[in-house]
Amino acid sequence: MKRSRITECNEWILKRFPLAKLWNEHMTHYYAPKNFNFWYFFGSLALLVLVNQILTGIFLTMNYKPDAKLAFDSVEYIMRDVNWGWLIRYMHSTGSSAFFIVVYLHMFRGLLYGSFKHPRELIWIFGMLLFVALMAEAFMGYLLPWGQMSYWGAQVIISLFSAIPVIGDDLSLWLRGDYVVSDATLNRFFAFHVIAVPLALVMLVFLHIVALHEVGSNNPDGIEIKERKDPWGHPIDGIPFHPYYTVKDLVGVGVFLLFFATVIFYMPEMGGYFLEHANFIPADPMKTPEHIAPVWYFTPFYAILRAIPDKFAGVIGMGGAIVVLFLLPWLDRSPVKSIRYRGGIYKKALCLFVISFLALGYLGTQPATPTATVFARIFTTIYFGFFMLMPIYTRWEKTKPVPTRLTKAHSLEEQLHTLEEQLPALIEEITEVKKPAGDEIGHAAFKSSFFTRRPRPKGIINVISRLAKKAKGSLD
Amino acid sequence: MNNKGVDQSKRQFLTSALTVVGAVGTGYLAVPFLAQMQPSVKAMAAGAPVEVDLSKMEPGQLIRVAWRGKPVWILNRTPEVLETLKTLDDELRDPLSQESIQPESSKNPARSIKPEIFVAVGLCTHLGCSPTFRPEIAPHDLGEKWKGGFFCPCHGSWFDLAGRVYRGVPAPTNLEIPPYRYITDTLLIVGEEEASA
Repeated sequence: MKRSRITECNEWILKRFPLAKLWNEHMTHYYAPKNFNFWYFFGSLALLVLVNQILTGIFLTMNYKPDAKLAFDSVEYIMRDVNWGWLIRYMHSTGSSAFFIVVYLHMFRGLLYGSFKHPRELIWIFGMLLFVALMAEAFMGYLLPWGQMSYWGAQVIISLFSAIPVIGDDLSLWLRGDYVVSDATLNRFFAFHVIAVPLALVMLVFLHIVALHEVGSNNPDGIEIKERKDPWGHPIDGIPFHPYYTVKDLVGVGVFLLFFATVIFYMPEMGGYFLEHANFIPADPMKTPEHIAPVWYFTPFYAILRAIPDKFAGVIGMGGAIVVLFLLPWLDRSPVKSIRYRGGIYKKALCLFVISFLALGYLGTQPATPTATVFARIFTTIYFGFFMLMPIYTRWEKTKPVPTRLTKAHSLEEQLHTLEEQLPALIEEITEVKKPAGDEIGHAAFKSSFFTRRPRPKGIINVISRLAKKAKGSLD
Repeated sequence: MNNKGVDQSKRQFLTSALTVVGAVGTGYLAVPFLAQMQPSVKAMAAGAPVEVDLSKMEPGQLIRVAWRGKPVWILNRTPEVLETLKTLDDELRDPLSQESIQPESSKNPARSIKPEIFVAVGLCTHLGCSPTFRPEIAPHDLGEKWKGGFFCPCHGSWFDLAGRVYRGVPAPTNLEIPPYRYITDTLLIVGEEEASA
């Protein structure tokens, strides 16, 4: 048989570059646990958003001017006069918020299923370094539009470094390159935002994935699938990443893009959370806006900073809130990974932690009133308590026996089916038949059973208390 | 050339020596890159003194001027304000300005050369926001204890109308007072020290 040109071309490449080997190792022969659920979409989505940021960023730099006199106007020029400039900028600005949403959910997945625990400590460390680099990237990018929030946000964050004893003042001067945030600061932040930090991000993503593929993915059951293999040496509970998870992730991508596009086209400012109102005023070094708050993704840490009534301690608290996350693999002493088999105390602690993180996030967007400060202090205590007390409460928690094989998840179809079966009884319980009123008027459709019933308070209370008991039961 | 095999200790020595020389070289090479991030000669040269005309200032009025890119406030304080300032010492962290930055001529309870004219750098000593001028007494958002002063919206620091910081707020020291002197009774220059008497 005559060999085609394509085959020859393929062979030429494969003799010189291990394309097939790489593809097999990381895609078709990379076995991932077969029970990935909703929470496992966010890793690949983070990668998608990174690509979005880099692509849109490249095109934004074609019209942006990193100069204190021109920056604000060049952003407005992109928004008004550059063809499709508004779309590219909104994709970039929405992308930064989306990046943090996806990354926070990705990290929460780690907390749920113990993905940071042995043997995945290094994956977690690389991930945390990625998180820190991402925060640096977002912070420096936020200065570039040179609005009021850009300016005063940068002023505050750079001043954080001046709290460090002895070298602090010189360090913040070195970072700014001037005595106040100025053109020099803007120009260097542009350089870091566009070249230095993105390179670091891409390299860290590479390390994160290499480390992941070395030990293999964790899963909602927290079982090492590599411990049970079939005669061909493949994990029994694993399936090849490609095509199974590439296809599944594509569905996730589709749903994500639906939300992403909705924000870009209908609410790009997200009510002042994604793009803050004060940032539509050019930077004025003479006047701080009445109410300044960082963008939403920094607010939990900002609230911690504000809660502590001492400059240096506040900075330590804010930095500590991030540093403590690095130590997570060594703080958690439980032998069990997944929340499914952990004791009630970890579930409650995690629940409190999530509540305090969200509450701190909210408080960080609000003015620093005395009441808000008291609440911020309470939630800061809970935040640190979750980590500091972890070595104690995880060692004593009562864990459940971990199965040796992955458990079968209920499919959506089954769940819908059960719900369908229970629904009539539920409606019966929470409603009662209305007394017939003057029934001569109105369309016949309104006389169907749905409209002849009214809510029954006692039944509703019963259902709620049953749900609460069930929720409590699942926490134990 | 000998046939005794590899001299491991010599190899070890050469490796270490090369590593040290390489590290020192890299260190020297890093200096220009790190030093170029320091303020440039141009940035250091900027910051000429600023003249301020006080003749049109009304009692209680605050004006802002830019000096070295920073906001500088000039406040004309009323006699009532000066009376209130004397009653606040117990609530302040550093009422006598022992740990704060100011020229010698302003190191007094009112923190100024002339009691009624207050000059300060309008940046919070906490994290560098510019505090808001709130001269009114006990407004609803700041509460009963507010005697008029500067409120930092960023992190809730309180300063009185002499720029002195209250206790229990994040800012560590009083607002900075820049060097300034009077040329005439109503003309003030910010950025130049008063000649020592």
